[in-house]
Amino acid sequence: MSSKAYALYKKDFYSELRTRYAINALVMFIIVAISVILFSIGNEKITQSLTSGLFWVVIFFSAMSGLARAFVSEEERGTSLTLHLIAAPSTIFSGKLLFNLILVFCMNIIIAILYAALFDSFIIKNFALFIVSFVLGNVGLATASTIIAAIISKAGAKGTLYPVLSFPILLPLILTAVQLTLLANQGASFGDAKFELAIVFCYDVIMLTGSYLLFDFVWKD
Amino acid sequence: MFWKITLFILLAFVSVAGIAFPIVPVPHTWYEFPLIPGLKENAKIIFFHVPTAWLSAVAFFMSTLYSIKYLRKKNLDDDAKSYAAAQLGIIFCVLATITGAVWAKFAWGSYWSWDPRQTSIFALLLIYGAWFALRSSIESEEKRATLSAVYSIIAFLTVPFFVFIMPRIMIGLHPGSESIEGGKVIQTASPVVDFKMNGNMLAIFFLSLIGFTILYFWMWTIGYKSILIREKINKQSIRE
Repeated sequence: MSSKAYALYKKDFYSELRTRYAINALVMFIIVAISVILFSIGNEKITQSLTSGLFWVVIFFSAMSGLARAFVSEEERGTSLTLHLIAAPSTIFSGKLLFNLILVFCMNIIIAILYAALFDSFIIKNFALFIVSFVLGNVGLATASTIIAAIISKAGAKGTLYPVLSFPILLPLILTAVQLTLLANQGASFGDAKFELAIVFCYDVIMLTGSYLLFDFVWKD
Repeated sequence: MFWKITLFILLAFVSVAGIAFPIVPVPHTWYEFPLIPGLKENAKIIFFHVPTAWLSAVAFFMSTLYSIKYLRKKNLDDDAKSYAAAQLGIIFCVLATITGAVWAKFAWGSYWSWDPRQTSIFALLLIYGAWFALRSSIESEEKRATLSAVYSIIAFLTVPFFVFIMPRIMIGLHPGSESIEGGKVIQTASPVVDFKMNGNMLAIFFLSLIGFTILYFWMWTIGYKSILIREKINKQSIRE
């Protein structure tokens, strides 16, 4: 199963490298979003809590603009029937999840670097805490967006529906991740943030289990 | 028929009692409510606010329950039941949000202050809205039922975070959430009913809760039956 999932990931990866559809759109989206924020701030000094909130605003909307591709492209090209023949639903979900995970990590690393470079108040004081919360947050973001993308790909009006459906699902994750980013920027220790870390970890586990159980129903129609 | 008459009497009594019974510092007779410090006359809205909030949660739970049932049995009747529950749920959710906002204006000073429970009811509104948007964008009946069932289950997975966890990490104003008193963070005794209500107030509160719940189940039965009949007529008219 894992070799098939990896093959599926490799297929998506190479097709992405060839067309650069998601990557180009994502990078441009990130640059546009951050420059809009920078223009609107101007010379103002903004607080750390506002910066960590804006950090997740950019991450959320970038994810919404890029992550739906994994399933929507299969439907648009009409290749989903072939996938039905080749592999079991859970394998397909693993492959797509792996691709989205890599995409989310690349995207968020770019965003984090840009934020650290461009925002004065975005100074990570506890780097280990930031990395742990960043990884946990990204896993949750990728999992929830992948299962919503699978639902969206079967519905009409895909582009507009995606953020609408994802936001309430991602809300607990985003609220806690904003808190965690703020704590890392303030230099809090792991002990201070253990409750928030536990929430994000639980969210990841619940979403991962739930989406593996429910993907069968979405995929078979 | 018996149920309808009972329900009418119950809700009429609760409405009259909830609005008209006077609030006095020391209640003597059965129709007088005690004065709750900090709430005063505002306390009366509890008879209408809490039942609506309770029913928006019940409707959401029932909608998910019938979604699970649909995914197990693939019977479109279950989808109609889930849809009827959600339709009522969004009505009660809007009512709870409005009554809550009005109460908050008079008790806490502003219509909206992102208290944890306000955040959760907002998330619930968003979930209902997204669910209806998803349903309206799918043509085929079976597909619509399956996908909306899956979405409502995924949305239900986030409920524990809003109900149990958010009130603990955010500073809240509702009873039962973490709050700051005299510079110290304290956890007030939990559930919502922990007001200083006396016996008759509690009785009317629970009567109101029961009355609204019966009303909900009655409306829900009519709702899903009308959906089933509408589908049947549609199919007949297509055949002819």
